[in-house]
Amino acid sequence: MNEEEIIRPENLVYKKPKLMNDRTMHYCPGCSHGVVHKLVAEVIEEMGMEDKTVAISPVGCAVFAYNYIDVDWVEAAHGRAPAVATAIKRLWPDRLVFTYQGDGDLACIGTAESIHALNRGENIAIIFINNAIYGMTGGQMAPTTLMGMKTSTCPYGREASLHGYPLHITDIAATLEGTCYVTRQSVHNVAAIRKAKKAIRKAFENSMAGKGSSLVEIVSTCNAGWKMSPEKANKWMEEHMFEYYKPGDLKDTTGEQQS
Amino acid sequence: MGKIKGAIIVDEERCKGCNLCVVACPLQILSLAEKKVNTKGYHFVRQIKEDTCNGCASCAIVCPDGCITVYKKKL
Repeated sequence: MNEEEIIRPENLVYKKPKLMNDRTMHYCPGCSHGVVHKLVAEVIEEMGMEDKTVAISPVGCAVFAYNYIDVDWVEAAHGRAPAVATAIKRLWPDRLVFTYQGDGDLACIGTAESIHALNRGENIAIIFINNAIYGMTGGQMAPTTLMGMKTSTCPYGREASLHGYPLHITDIAATLEGTCYVTRQSVHNVAAIRKAKKAIRKAFENSMAGKGSSLVEIVSTCNAGWKMSPEKANKWMEEHMFEYYKPGDLKDTTGEQQS
Repeated sequence: MGKIKGAIIVDEERCKGCNLCVVACPLQILSLAEKKVNTKGYHFVRQIKEDTCNGCASCAIVCPDGCITVYKKKL
């Protein structure tokens, strides 16, 4: 059998989601953002919410997310995405409203907005990309930077006496009464990507069902900021990041356990 | 049990040569083009062993830029 017989529309197994357009992404080669963008686009498509989604992009690398996924987007000021999402969801309850934020946006500059939106139990979903670094501005230290990790603003490694400790914002979110689903996932291999997709789907469904706030943290790599190859960055993440940020569900009051 | 055959199409212009699909492929039949680059200067990925793909789509799932389309057929 030759390839022409296999390459036919009826044999299609996997294709770039329709919602993701053909514009070349500005992300560095191997960046986790691309995978998560794909998952988000796939989930929206599967839910049939293409025309009823309003997404809020952060400040950071993902600020240009509106260029790549063809749904409605609002660009919020740094860290203020959950506040904007609150307003949109309250005024337009039949829309799927989610924010897509990095760790510098959600866990540092927008900590107040994030914590209070989650604590109020707004029916929004937050996708939180945690790569332990400020990727866009050149790899500076973030609150989520691991102990001893070298960045451009802590070139000798993060030190507790000088820089304090890594912030476990997802664990804090799990203790809030307003959240219904808090989970930590990653996208470094096929199995993890499948699990992350299920988690995003669940968060979006919770938002539509009015169950409360959902937070999906995705432990990611920033291979350019970490100064590693994409492959090595994935390994480094498994070895070091998972110690601090353990993947798994932290809270689930929706009653349905993820398999 | 019937044999399953797969095939992939790589969008070579979109590929950034991050090597993640090469690592993810369980059959290890992908490789970056060593002496060829696309218009952006990246060594794009291609299949190096003919007739061995089983259409598992691992490469396409891990691809951050969605460059790979996968087809699968039962023989």
